[in-house]
Amino acid sequence: MAHPPVDPDRIRNFSIIAHIDHGKSTLSDRILEITGAVEARDMRSQFLDSMDLERERGITIKAQNVRVEWKGDIFHLIDTPGHVDFGYEVSRSLAACEGVVLVVDAAQGIEAQTLANCYLALEHDLEIVAALNKIDLPAAEPERYAAEIETVLGIPADEIIHMSAKTGEGVPDLLDAVAERIPAPVGELDAPLQGLIFDSQFDQYRGVVSSIRVVNGRLRSGAKLTFMQAGANHEAIEIGVRSPEPTPIDELGPGEVGYLIAGIKDVGDARSGETVTTASDGAPEALPGYRDPKPMVFSGLFPIDGDDFETLRESLEKLKLNDASITYTPESSGALGFGFRCGFLGLLHMEIVKERLEREFGLALIATAPSVEYRVTRTDGTTEVVDNPADMPEIQKLDSVEEPFFRVSIITPTEFTGPLMELCQSRRGEMKKMEYLSPERVELVYELPLAEVVVDFFDQMKSRTKGYASLDYELAGYRPSNLVKVDLLLNGIPADAFSTIVHRDSAYEYGRRMCEKLKELIPRQMFDVPIQAAIGGKIISRETVKAKRKDVLAKCYGGDITRKRKLLEKQKEGKKKMKSIGRVEVPGDVFINALKLDE
Amino acid sequence: MNEFGVYIHIPFCAAKCDYCAFATWTDRHHLAEAYLAALHTEIERAVADGLPTATTVFVGGGTPTQVEPAALADVIAAVPRATDAEVTVECNPDDVDVDLFATYRSAGVNRISLGVQSMSAHVLAALGRTHDPDNVAAAVAALRTAGMSSFNLDLIYGSVGETVDDWAQTLDAALALDPPHISAYGLTVEAGTPLAESPAQYPDDDDQADKYELADDRLEAAGLAHYEVSNWARAGHESRHNRLYWSQTDYRGFGCAAHSHAAGRRWWNVRTPDRYIALVGRGESVVAADEQLDVATRTVESRQLSLRTREGVESAAFSASDLDELIAAGLVVRAARSTVRLTRRGRLLANEVALRVRSE
Repeated sequence: MAHPPVDPDRIRNFSIIAHIDHGKSTLSDRILEITGAVEARDMRSQFLDSMDLERERGITIKAQNVRVEWKGDIFHLIDTPGHVDFGYEVSRSLAACEGVVLVVDAAQGIEAQTLANCYLALEHDLEIVAALNKIDLPAAEPERYAAEIETVLGIPADEIIHMSAKTGEGVPDLLDAVAERIPAPVGELDAPLQGLIFDSQFDQYRGVVSSIRVVNGRLRSGAKLTFMQAGANHEAIEIGVRSPEPTPIDELGPGEVGYLIAGIKDVGDARSGETVTTASDGAPEALPGYRDPKPMVFSGLFPIDGDDFETLRESLEKLKLNDASITYTPESSGALGFGFRCGFLGLLHMEIVKERLEREFGLALIATAPSVEYRVTRTDGTTEVVDNPADMPEIQKLDSVEEPFFRVSIITPTEFTGPLMELCQSRRGEMKKMEYLSPERVELVYELPLAEVVVDFFDQMKSRTKGYASLDYELAGYRPSNLVKVDLLLNGIPADAFSTIVHRDSAYEYGRRMCEKLKELIPRQMFDVPIQAAIGGKIISRETVKAKRKDVLAKCYGGDITRKRKLLEKQKEGKKKMKSIGRVEVPGDVFINALKLDE
Repeated sequence: MNEFGVYIHIPFCAAKCDYCAFATWTDRHHLAEAYLAALHTEIERAVADGLPTATTVFVGGGTPTQVEPAALADVIAAVPRATDAEVTVECNPDDVDVDLFATYRSAGVNRISLGVQSMSAHVLAALGRTHDPDNVAAAVAALRTAGMSSFNLDLIYGSVGETVDDWAQTLDAALALDPPHISAYGLTVEAGTPLAESPAQYPDDDDQADKYELADDRLEAAGLAHYEVSNWARAGHESRHNRLYWSQTDYRGFGCAAHSHAAGRRWWNVRTPDRYIALVGRGESVVAADEQLDVATRTVESRQLSLRTREGVESAAFSASDLDELIAAGLVVRAARSTVRLTRRGRLLANEVALRVRSE
């Protein structure tokens, strides 16, 4: 089908920025419906959240893009993730846009992370169209929160759209505002091709499928392409747009957003931030890419069945294609055998990666206690970066250790200020700023050691504020701290993979709590299992998982036999998710769960 | 003659116990007459299709004593039986007297299983049971008068609020009635029961282990030998019907929710009495679903079932290394003719052992 490039003046490229639950997915659904891209009867709820995991957890992890038509204009709606761990995905989505739609819950107001993403959009010189959602709720106070948005972002309150993504009210006004206020993309049709890849996913039948924004020139189906940063050539086997079903077309012009399939199998060749041009007469310069997101949290992932090591390597390679922020290097542990030291953006990211590896690749894994990156100076003056407590030099050879700090911004209703300050102080936080956004809401800024933030800070904050506070964070540099390594012994044997580095003042408490939690989380075995925490060989805490005494089905008569056989089969399956450490069977997610909030 | 079992399900109860997950109803007694008629019809059709002669019959529920005794006796009498067949009816001690037992006896019933559960009133109340412990002694006297040759007392231990002393009292009171057979079950949380909804009422494994050991001590001392995880009997009074289940022998279940087995195929009937009556009335199949066990599954199941019995299982059911470990851990011991059987500790951890059973 001949398809001349769309006139850039008719194009609007935008993302929706919203806090979790403020209605971004519902709005995306409604836009698809109102523009006729999806018939109402075909509407899967939350069309754009296509990963099972996203649907289950109700959060968007991967950016998606979709083309719709509104009153003769072409809109590309580029979805962004909604959790603080995935902030980097937001900035890469924004690179493909000229504007954003800011969606704020009219009953809750703007949240810290949304605000941070708006600042990001402003840094990219993007136009912000603000909308207050859920005006159909009895608790909605659109005027109040419009005033708040005007205060913090300088968007005039009377320009803010009032809408309900649920009922559809106001959504056409929003689309009109997008057409009117968000600038059209600027690009040269006759210039050499420059296309920006802002997301890539691996499809087992088609290879790499990339989301691409054409900046200048024409991207033609069948063209020989050069991926400039990777320095590789590929043919454009198929280009197309998602509307929302993938629809192949011949050509994409400046400002257009679509997908590109180039038969790429190599994991490294189509990273986000890559510039694509034509192999002959290509652009002399690549587009500015963006910084690779930096992993903040490190943990060992080990296959429960040692034979799965290679499968784990291949699975990580494939996942990395969709999620450039994961890092991994092989690691071996006395307790757990061969695995990978992996870097993640945060604890949620770590959990999601582990779950995806298990679900999508059929692996059973154990994750070790998460750690941050420490800068270590030895007594001989040499320095090194340590992200694995097992690699921490012995205390005699240690001169000093520096740990990363985060600058954390929290927006909260004022009534929770006290509990939040207590939380931050208990995590060695130092207050930097406290600013009232309105009489009811305040922004707190603290500097906290990253190690104190990654674990359960987010959950603690949510529980202390009934879910009303929100947070954003950024790295604030390294500082020396008085840190020690706490080792754990299972059944008297040190489990190297479970050592953790903590502040000396909280080491005893940490050891005690870990022993208690592990006692709860490690199932009773056929024998007593002592769990001990130790610092430098000295035991600081001990618990015992008592040997189990009863594990038998009481009845086994005619009608029970089939059911009971299935129970035993299930019990057997359960054992396959356990890792044997020494003679002790440990559940694969024991350390993730041990670090979670106490119920 | 080959062993063959018949099970008849009576789905009516006066009250539903909090722990019960069986197919029983407290509000459908009006269906009883039609239900028994349907049972009669299903049995007659099966006989016409060549139902083998039963060596054991077991009438369970539900509460069989909730239906008219003479009508139930007619249903039982419709089952072709060997002359020495074991014929058992489960009874609620509240519902029985000499006349009822005599009526059953006339239909060939020779064994009674009494649902005692506990001899402690507060424990019974906590289980959601209605009967009065004093009725148990009266029921035993009545079944003896009626000439029943054997009987069983069903006991349950481990509910929250039952002390070890309560359980010891229950055992002593039960043994004072000189029963030839006792089944003692650890209270089990089954999905979908009121008990499952209240985690505070969940039994404690250690408490149940203590009570199991107490029961085993007292019952063995009273001359009732353990012959399956939850069953003890005087020699010659072991339940033939239960043994048939545990040896993968063929059996046929009649009534709603009843299970059947023939040579590796298992099937089960529709769950509700209403559906059952309707299907029998229309002459249609009452089977809800079935499964065919492959050879490996059948072998594993057979070994897992034998493992629970006093006779034990062939040592080849375990790999040599697993067997060494199980013996070293004190869970199994070697017995005659290359078999192994569970120790008392092993009986309490029978699942751990059963998980290691292999199919080859």
